[in-house]
Amino acid sequence: MTEPPAPIERTAEGDFRVHLGPEERDLLRRLTAELEELLAAEPGDPSLRRLRPRAYEDEHVEREYRSLIGSELESLRLENLRGLAETADRDRLDPGELDRWLAALNDLRLVLGTRLDVREDEFADGFDPHAPHAYELAVYAFLTWLQEAAIQAAAQSL
Amino acid sequence: MSSATSAPGVVELERPADSEHEEHDRPWIVVVWNDPINLMSYVTLVFQKLFGYSLAKATELMLQVHHDGKAVVSSGTREKAEHDVARLHAHGLWATLRQD
Repeated sequence: MTEPPAPIERTAEGDFRVHLGPEERDLLRRLTAELEELLAAEPGDPSLRRLRPRAYEDEHVEREYRSLIGSELESLRLENLRGLAETADRDRLDPGELDRWLAALNDLRLVLGTRLDVREDEFADGFDPHAPHAYELAVYAFLTWLQEAAIQAAAQSL
Repeated sequence: MSSATSAPGVVELERPADSEHEEHDRPWIVVVWNDPINLMSYVTLVFQKLFGYSLAKATELMLQVHHDGKAVVSSGTREKAEHDVARLHAHGLWATLRQD
């Protein structure tokens, strides 16, 4: 028996090969579009809280930090999400494009994981297809699997 | 950032020289906190990429975050610490800074 290839692999040339099916690529585009929409329509939505952790305990200083750096972080987030959406169909990624995938996949997991209130060992007992929110949990597991492959591939470039 | 250093003249007049000196000497530290979503491998990769740490050092810090709930990952002037926190936030990690 042979192992199926990892969804993202580093090539000898130093770029990255992506093995995903059309449904998985569609899902990535749909998820990034949904998050972009949520960020624009409901920026105060509780599921977004892990995207903007506090830097300072002090309320006043924290507001200063946000007003200085907040919009830069939000633009970067949108660039990363759009970068993933625009390259979702590609079979090869350069290192810069992989970095955008890494950041965008992490944001998608942070939001979905917050909404599902996942635990650190969420799938320790396996995946229950009859659990409430089973579809969302499956999407979360897919994103985790894909991000893990992206991390392993990126780590080989360090 | 500006508020810590915006009016040094006024601060010096109001405080004894020694405490002012100590205030400046105490470094700011950057703390990364544990959360249930960020992957251990991702946190290690981010520490390597942002701070140039070796795999061994980045893994040790990641494990400290995982087991103790937090770890100090860098320190320095307030400006440097805040810059590091912003870079960690850009990568989705839960990081804060405070004066040691």
